[in-house]
Amino acid sequence: MDREDIMIETKKKSMQDYLSPLVKQIPPSGIRKFFDLVSNSKDKDIISLGVGEPDFVTPWHVREACVYSLEQGKTTYTSNAGLLELREAIAEYLDHGFQLSYNPLDQIVVTVGGSEGIDLALRALVEPGDEILIPEPTYVSYSPIAAITGGKPVGIETFAKDQFKLTAQSLKAAITPRSKILILCFPSNPTGATMTYEDLLPIARLVEEHDLLVISDEIYAELSYGQKHVSIASLPGMKDRTLVVSGFSKAFAMTGWRIGYMCGHPELIAAMLKIHQYTIMCAPVMGQIAALEALKSGLHDKDQMVESYNQRRRLVVQGFRDIGLSCHEPYGAFYAFPSIQSTGLSSEQFAERLLMESKVAVVPGHVFGKGGEGFIRCSYATSVSQLTEAIERIGYFIQKLKNV
Amino acid sequence: MTDFKHKILDLLKEDARLSPQLIATMLGVTEAEVRAAIAEMENDHIILKYGTIVNWSKVDEEKVTSLIEVQITPERGRGFDAIAERIYLFPEVKSVYLMSGGYDLLVEIEGRNLREVASFVSSKLSTLESVLATKTHFILKKYKQDGVIFEEYEGDYRMLISP
Repeated sequence: MDREDIMIETKKKSMQDYLSPLVKQIPPSGIRKFFDLVSNSKDKDIISLGVGEPDFVTPWHVREACVYSLEQGKTTYTSNAGLLELREAIAEYLDHGFQLSYNPLDQIVVTVGGSEGIDLALRALVEPGDEILIPEPTYVSYSPIAAITGGKPVGIETFAKDQFKLTAQSLKAAITPRSKILILCFPSNPTGATMTYEDLLPIARLVEEHDLLVISDEIYAELSYGQKHVSIASLPGMKDRTLVVSGFSKAFAMTGWRIGYMCGHPELIAAMLKIHQYTIMCAPVMGQIAALEALKSGLHDKDQMVESYNQRRRLVVQGFRDIGLSCHEPYGAFYAFPSIQSTGLSSEQFAERLLMESKVAVVPGHVFGKGGEGFIRCSYATSVSQLTEAIERIGYFIQKLKNV
Repeated sequence: MTDFKHKILDLLKEDARLSPQLIATMLGVTEAEVRAAIAEMENDHIILKYGTIVNWSKVDEEKVTSLIEVQITPERGRGFDAIAERIYLFPEVKSVYLMSGGYDLLVEIEGRNLREVASFVSSKLSTLESVLATKTHFILKKYKQDGVIFEEYEGDYRMLISP
């Protein structure tokens, strides 16, 4: 064989052949497809209920604190775990707000958004073949990340009749000897479901009984209406079995800052910190300083925002019921998750036609996993006038469907 | 005042055109309760008026606004109130505040042009017996009024769909 043949041989390998099979197996995101559909439409008249972030801008005093720190030249790395002052503030905040007590020295790490915490946790914990239990419909990232680490995501369907809470019965049915981790996301994106102390108690018992760990994504904790959020980590015996992942994005309207944190058993935190220090080094210092300001004097802003979400929550839930869509009462986050089964359309058909014919963007429920088909996710983090108009349009669209 | 009434005021302050029905849904109460609370607050002169905040600089009509610091001698028995009343009854006067510090009343005057305001100050205000001195400041530009920023700012930069 001469040299030319060798070159031709190597050219035959396509880029696809280089990609890791673990990455290739991840299905394309269903939400991405819908994002493209909406973004490609240049229609200015579209009202979007598809936005998964607050409609408030970060309060000015928080932005101002960041600007001031930049002027002072605070542009360096911080310690891997994040500014100690911020970790101390987080510890105090969790203690006051949620009865969670963590040592800021070895139990709290500041991350690049809550998302990094999820990634670090799964990378630190999962061995190939481990089963990761994920109540669905749920946030779209858990299952793909679990799969990348070689784990096997196991969706547990939740139902509108249970207000999309995880029941002990369905958890029990999903547990096998390979089960290792349960990922909870309550208050839930996309269903708005919450879990009370009484709801969590039998779940915690099962977790203990089967020696599982819990990753609890509590990013929406502050956005709980009617009653305060209960962290599963605050239940007896659960603190050492639970990794709490949270952040500033939702409660403090700070999505773009990418500042989150994780808290848990010191040995787990140390393992995750090891990955964090080699991959991320530290969360951006500007964001950390802003987050510190938010905790020091932003709690009042947060309360006002929560009240405003609650008002709009009542508005959309009532609105959907008035136009004939059955909608369970969402007690958390800023999503309503009405059923569109009465229209006879799939959630994808419904969302696409609603966008084309009535110019309202929602996210079809099937992209959130098992149990999402037949529902649409509607964010009410948008203005009252837009919400009223959107519900009117959806009502008109449904009437039109009936009359055909 | 009840928390409930506070919430109604907060909503109306932002948008006076919200219907009682919508407010009722947003607060999780009945429409009748909202109507009753609003009527009560109107009767009690808590809600005084449902107005509109206008950016007059965008309207053809020219308007001049000035803030005038007024030093006065208080009247025996009625303090500053009598003289304040004599001033605020003029329709040109948009607002009057009793102040702490270097002067007593802060008076906001609106006129069609500079001359009109100047002439009001010299012929109506300074000539009042108890007015000792006045200092007139003309407003050149309004940035923010009643919590509303006049320039367009802070657009919605969010992506239309996000997970």
